Amino acid sequence: MVVFPGSNCDEDCFHALRDVAKVDVQYFWHKERNLPPCDLVVLPGGFSYGDYLRTGAIARFSPAMDSIAKHAEAGRPVIGICNGFQILLEAGLLPGAMLRNRSLSFVCKHVFLRTETADSPFTNRYRKGEVIDLPIAHGEGNYFCEPDTLKQLQEEDRIAFRYCSEKGELGDPYNPNGSVDHIAGILNEKRNVLGMMPHPERSSEAILSSEDGRKIWESLLG
Amino acid sequence: MSANGRTFKVNVTVGLKPSVLDPQGKTVLAALHSLGFNEAKDLRVGKHFEIVLEGKDRSSVETRVRQFCEKLLVNPVIEHYSFEIKEA
Repeated sequence: MVVFPGSNCDEDCFHALRDVAKVDVQYFWHKERNLPPCDLVVLPGGFSYGDYLRTGAIARFSPAMDSIAKHAEAGRPVIGICNGFQILLEAGLLPGAMLRNRSLSFVCKHVFLRTETADSPFTNRYRKGEVIDLPIAHGEGNYFCEPDTLKQLQEEDRIAFRYCSEKGELGDPYNPNGSVDHIAGILNEKRNVLGMMPHPERSSEAILSSEDGRKIWESLLG
Repeated sequence: MSANGRTFKVNVTVGLKPSVLDPQGKTVLAALHSLGFNEAKDLRVGKHFEIVLEGKDRSSVETRVRQFCEKLLVNPVIEHYSFEIKEA
């Protein structure tokens, strides 16, 4: 669990992994260079470095990021949630960039997502097409990429989640931030790096009104 | 004069690429219209950096500032940039 100055979902993620998924978790301060042996790296949400310059733009130069990039290159899983997704984009571990939400407002609410692929270590417990309910909370989640990158993401089945209606329909009314092609989460080429704006850690227990995020952790446990 | 040579002031302007929608710019334009400034036809919001740096000469400063931009100040996926160098 990587912690940057300004991370604020690290404890929620830590709780979801330790108390719900029942795995060993440890914090990894962004100033540390050597990632301890681990199966999964989580870049949690928050406002690393106050979102100065651009979201994730300063965090990507943290000393910790080199060893995280090596972990990813070795094919081991990395998940970036919300600000973690923004950091992965700035670091070039995923393609594209984030813009201000179309509405210019910070959006904090539950949304429906359509699982677009079950072919990844993060989504293999979901069915393709399965509609799930997860919360979002961001001001810059308007995913943008050039048309050729989008085509590549589509053709290579690398869109993990899209915003949709309760029934799984796509459309502008269900897209909370203006993301191109309603994208809520994407995978890298090797499918071992996932970036997503919605928060599975805030929806892994019944008491939080949705347990739909839990299958992400269960998928990773195999 | 310092060990590095001369002191320069650089103004860097960063803007969103034309292919990228600018919701902030649209809102500001609409606000101008609501104030009656209807001649405003298009508006894009960008960023401005004022940098003071030392360098040997203008061309070496230009090379360095380009590196500042490409490494940190600009995200080339969505932004473009331009700059002006003045000797301080």
